[in-house]
Amino acid sequence: MKLKKSTLQNLITYAIVIAAFAVCQAMISSGSMSRALRGQMIPICVYIVMAVSLNLVVGISGELSLGHAGFMSIGAFTGAIVSAWLLGAVQMENALLRLLIAMLAGGVLAGVAGFLIGIPVLRLRGDYLAIVTLAFGEIIRNILNCLYFSLEGKRLYVSFNNPSIPGKILVNGPAGATGIVKIASFPVGFALILFTLIVVLNLIDSRTGRAIMASRDNRIAAESMGISVTKYKMIAFVTAAVLAGMAGALYGLNFSTVAASKFKFDTSILVLVFVVLGGIGNIRGSIIAAALLTVLPELLRAFSDYRMLVYAIVLILVMLATNNEHLSTLLGKLMPGKKKGEEVNG
Amino acid sequence: MVSFLRFLINGISLGSVYAIIALGYTMVYGIAKMLNFAHGDIIMVGAYISFCAISYLDLPPLLAVLLAMAVCTALGIVIEGLAYKPLRQAPKLAVLITAIGVSYFLQNSALLIWSSNPKVFPSIFGSSALQLFGGALSITSEAIVTICANIVIMIALTLFTSRTKTGKAMRAVSEDKGAAQLMGIDVNRTISLTFAIGSALAAVAGVLLCSTYHTLMPTTGSMPGIKAFTAAVFGGIGSIPGAMIGGLLLGVIEILGKAYISTELGDALVFGVLIIVLLFKPAGLLGKPVSEKV
Amino acid sequence: MAEKFVKGKMVPLPTSAIIPERDLDKAPILECRHLGIDFGGLKAVDDFNLIIGRTEIAGLIGPNGAGKTTVFNLLTKVYQPTRGIIMLDGYDTAGKTTEQINRMGIARTFQNIRLFDNLSVEDNVKIGLHNQEPYSVATGILRLPKYWRQEKAAHERALELLSIFDMQDLADSRAGSLPYGAQRRLEIVRALATNPSLLLLDEPAAGMNPSETEELMEHIVRIRDTFQIAVLLIEHDMRLVMGICEGICVLNFGRIIAKGTSEEIQANPVVIEAYLGRKKEG
Repeated sequence: MKLKKSTLQNLITYAIVIAAFAVCQAMISSGSMSRALRGQMIPICVYIVMAVSLNLVVGISGELSLGHAGFMSIGAFTGAIVSAWLLGAVQMENALLRLLIAMLAGGVLAGVAGFLIGIPVLRLRGDYLAIVTLAFGEIIRNILNCLYFSLEGKRLYVSFNNPSIPGKILVNGPAGATGIVKIASFPVGFALILFTLIVVLNLIDSRTGRAIMASRDNRIAAESMGISVTKYKMIAFVTAAVLAGMAGALYGLNFSTVAASKFKFDTSILVLVFVVLGGIGNIRGSIIAAALLTVLPELLRAFSDYRMLVYAIVLILVMLATNNEHLSTLLGKLMPGKKKGEEVNG
Repeated sequence: MVSFLRFLINGISLGSVYAIIALGYTMVYGIAKMLNFAHGDIIMVGAYISFCAISYLDLPPLLAVLLAMAVCTALGIVIEGLAYKPLRQAPKLAVLITAIGVSYFLQNSALLIWSSNPKVFPSIFGSSALQLFGGALSITSEAIVTICANIVIMIALTLFTSRTKTGKAMRAVSEDKGAAQLMGIDVNRTISLTFAIGSALAAVAGVLLCSTYHTLMPTTGSMPGIKAFTAAVFGGIGSIPGAMIGGLLLGVIEILGKAYISTELGDALVFGVLIIVLLFKPAGLLGKPVSEKV
Repeated sequence: MAEKFVKGKMVPLPTSAIIPERDLDKAPILECRHLGIDFGGLKAVDDFNLIIGRTEIAGLIGPNGAGKTTVFNLLTKVYQPTRGIIMLDGYDTAGKTTEQINRMGIARTFQNIRLFDNLSVEDNVKIGLHNQEPYSVATGILRLPKYWRQEKAAHERALELLSIFDMQDLADSRAGSLPYGAQRRLEIVRALATNPSLLLLDEPAAGMNPSETEELMEHIVRIRDTFQIAVLLIEHDMRLVMGICEGICVLNFGRIIAKGTSEEIQANPVVIEAYLGRKKEG
């Protein structure tokens, strides 16, 4: 059987990611990477995973989710608590194992949240769906702001809206998770990207992926083909939530403190910007956009004040250029075959 | 009991602001069938304009409000023409993302112009208050002005849409764009006009909101904007009285929730209302259900 | 006036069913009794009774707006009927969803073509095969042996089905880029892929030229013969309807005004009136 076109494209994507990792790793070990950039490596991995997983919802399943950062925050908090508990109560010294278990736990919890949120959300469509995902993202943040966790010996204490609990504070309400032992590492981040790619790309190129895309393209036709539209939208939504949760756990364990305010609506929008610039439904595009747009502001410090403004303008321009016939033909004439240019400009 | 009344009045006052913002959402959604995500940020722009007019130009408050309305009206028309009009035929996803882009554009422009430091919005309606129950319950002048403004705007808009030719054209366009066009109605002009009215109202809402809470930041408009959208959905999108009822109820729910349940969870409560309404009564209190044609 | 269907009350079976002789000893595939739906106050379809034989090709005709597509939407539960029952292969379909109806054996095409435009022709057919070559989500992600087996089977089956209309060479094309006639044919293939026992075709010949229509007629008959399924079609092209339909049902203003063979229908004055308006005297 000859190689399918999609398989070839996927192989190219894997190759790019692996090559990029090899280059970065070589630069890190030879010491030729700047400190600032080195600090960006794990966030880049996290945002790539966020963008790819959001693209599964927005591009493949066709639903605009504006609460993706909410799942990331669940992962971050879960990861911080689980790793602290593993260290404090189980005396697990192996940092890698702790990190992996924390990410797994973050993914599972975010997935559960995704499922619970998906039940009401996926009954809605279009604008309403988008605004309700936004609402859930804010609700998650509100709730996290009221949570207090502490560890005393082997016991984990939880309280809601009440900071007075015994032992070492792990999660301190609005101040967020504190005293995190930083165990995130770039190779694990790279492994998470690979894992995400395997899950998402294999999912798309399977019976499940076809059903998800069918539900996106024509709901009634999909139902008439015996496809349960809600079920497949849910699969996409929960898968994305799990991946976002794992990315969140990695993100949380990269800092010594993480507050819920880091996962505001802005973060969801930032990830959406990556997805839109990379091309809605284009997984490789999401990876490139997420990596570039995370690095660029770091490299161009002077530019950072205008970063969000430029993102906003680019967001509007990309939408206009891709969705308006007159403009897209005009743009095609102006810069033939220069589609990648948009990302560099962003 | 008196404290309950005080919360209730605060709720109605906040709800009146939501109602005025919700009107903008509901009219635009009814006519252009799009969620104008940037509506909340127009509120912020309106507030900044009037703030500058009062603080730097020493204009009287009324003139400042009129100036803010004029600027916002122009802004609304420009946004609609540049960003939304080219996307009339585009998928909803594209329109919504564009609207989010516009919202971010406004917020970040404001950030560059006015910086992120909160401005203290002056008290423009004086500090006098209506004293009831021998001073146990005082109603601020802001609350009175806000509630009155809400009622006046509501009556004016209802009369406008039901009595005037332009208002009727707006209703026709929201019912059926194609048919309205065949009847000789200039659909594009009508949509622009709707944006203009919505944006002018947003300016008013911005001034009312900031004169009650006194802080003004580039992000001031976004949360009230989303909550007002909730109010519009609650009341039934496209319905003017619905926006009023939805706004008032939501304001009261928020203030009472914050007072009696939890301050931190006030926003969560409002969004909870949104989710419940959308699930069990997606057409809202006064809206009409729509179905897809096969 | 037909009486309302009341649960638990005996109702006389509609008698004027036409079933081809070869199907007489088998139970009918579809049976509608007193089917109806109201939109607001309007009875869009009312007292619709129809029996379709196991391998019958039946036609549903009527002037524009008569409610033909609404009947299809009722049969596939895109709309839930207000009244009446639909029996499919002897099972009541009450409370079933569109997707369950498809699994029970009804597949359809759409008047305004509803292909998955952005996907390839082959993927469109594979989506039809969704429940025919199943494997779990995990099997797909982990690429277990079953994935490769089932995908291979689906690939071969898809090409085989496409070959009915000689479309196997188009397998890699984007469905939305196909010419109109080919899109209509692809919709039929996709519907067949779901392994139906009753195929509903909504204006399959719309937009086709006479020679294409001629070919389509042969294909429909061949599909019926190969798959041994029943076909119910809505069509305005009378040559197609009169040419291949064994039983024809005429709908006007949501009600059946005539049933019969093509000869009977062509000679029926009520039908002629519905289509041409009242004839002038003299």
